[in-house]
Amino acid sequence: MKASTKVPGLLSLSLRLYLGLVLFFLYLPIAVMMIMAFNRSSLYLLPIEFDTVWFEALADNWRLIDAGVNSVALAIVNTVVATALGTAAALAMARYRFRGRTLLQLLLFPPITIPWLIIGTSMLVMFFWIGIGRGFHAMLLGHVALSLPYVIVVVGARLKSFGTGLEEAAATLGATPWQAFRRVSVPVMAPGVVAAALFAFAVSFDQFVISYFLAPPGVSTLPVEIYSSIRKGFTPEINAISTIIILVSMALMLAISRFYRFGGER
Amino acid sequence: MNADQRRRVAVLGLTAPAYLWLVLTIFLPLSAMLYFSFLTEAPFGGRQPVATLAHYRSILTKDLYLDLTWRSLRMGMDVTIACILLGYPAALALARHVKGRWREAMFLLIVLPFWSNALVRTFSWTMTLRGDGLVDRAIHWVVPGMPSLDILFSYPAVVVGLVHAYLPYMILTCYVSLQAIDESLIEAARVLGAPGRTVFRRIVLPLSLPGLLAGTVLIFVPVIGSFMEPRILGGVAGSAMLGTVIEEQFTRIFNWPFGAALSFTLLAIVLLILGLAAPFLRRTLRTA
Repeated sequence: MKASTKVPGLLSLSLRLYLGLVLFFLYLPIAVMMIMAFNRSSLYLLPIEFDTVWFEALADNWRLIDAGVNSVALAIVNTVVATALGTAAALAMARYRFRGRTLLQLLLFPPITIPWLIIGTSMLVMFFWIGIGRGFHAMLLGHVALSLPYVIVVVGARLKSFGTGLEEAAATLGATPWQAFRRVSVPVMAPGVVAAALFAFAVSFDQFVISYFLAPPGVSTLPVEIYSSIRKGFTPEINAISTIIILVSMALMLAISRFYRFGGER
Repeated sequence: MNADQRRRVAVLGLTAPAYLWLVLTIFLPLSAMLYFSFLTEAPFGGRQPVATLAHYRSILTKDLYLDLTWRSLRMGMDVTIACILLGYPAALALARHVKGRWREAMFLLIVLPFWSNALVRTFSWTMTLRGDGLVDRAIHWVVPGMPSLDILFSYPAVVVGLVHAYLPYMILTCYVSLQAIDESLIEAARVLGAPGRTVFRRIVLPLSLPGLLAGTVLIFVPVIGSFMEPRILGGVAGSAMLGTVIEEQFTRIFNWPFGAALSFTLLAIVLLILGLAAPFLRRTLRTA
């Protein structure tokens, strides 16, 4: 971008400074929460006395540990199912024109555009009505539905950027369709599939609203457990577990950014 | 099997699982919810519900629900406007005044919190906005005479939390349309003697309008359907919204048909907004 050098320096400088302020705003509460997780006072009283007592307390908090195990298990199963289903659908959408293609694209919109409150409550109604009920399986149904659009978009973008030329070349050189798929399509797709899988994991691991409506008493995920703890009254243990969750989420996003460029061309 | 049949089997095999899954989890539930919203009671445990319009009638005529709807829309507007005012200049800085590695790093820094747990981020504001908390003390240390920051459990706290949650959306969508602007247009205007302000008003702003609109819709829609943020940050006064009332109907009061009618009223508003913005949204999302 050559022209930006011609912009008056003062304006450019103040805009950059402003960008820094925005980043400060984005990270301020997260930083405060993390600092408070290491404060001894259970009432968030100042001054801060450094202590890891709340992290140690986590080891005895079986409700949170169980919820954490549920969250991770759910996210893993969700990742496997959503990545498999989504990659297959993305392949079909990238390689074939078929009737019902638009319908499938249309079905992908609600999970991203309609508020999760509406989706979550309608799943609750439906699942209760036809006997699926609430529980791990119901949450899995919901999480996969939310993850599918991300998987299809991410894998689809990867496939689109490569086109069908390589596969056609393989076919011309005498490869069977299966060989062409194994030796050409799979390696081409791989980075997209990895990014999509990480997205699916993140979507499920961070999902609160859907889980909240589909979690029966006794089977909850970390966000659901944290929500009920917050509503019952503050406990600094929640800061400790929240600190861990934020770090896990951010590590996931950093991993994704190695495979997937946010915001397209730069 | 000929080639055409084989192709058909391949398409069916590849897409059928995703289809079925989405029909079972999105289409059928929304249909079930619509059906429930016209029933006098939930058809569980052998009860015999009757069709009724009473839920929608009370939503559309009772002051309480009109007021709740208005409060939700108002919250959507407040949050969206704040996001535009804060996010657009940031996008402008990112697209036109930061380059190369720096831009990449900034980009990642903006996306990172956006993709981390929304509940945890909302919770983190309860510690940031409390009176005599870390931030409150820091402010008083810098400016001794300031009034206390104590806005936790009020409507402003909800707005702050939601702006924090959705600001990256606005920055990203505006950034996408800003960086797509053809540099030669701006150069041409400059050569012809247009001052910086005119270049912005006549070229940059109009060309980035689609991104601005996409961000507006992507923020407004989830905000009017939010319930967790108002619950955690709003206290009693700041949490009376359509979203929190729907949550209550399903988790506490167990009047599912009425909750379904409320959900569908919200969905109708959402669909109206999405329908109006669809042509613009499609264009921006394609470039993204």
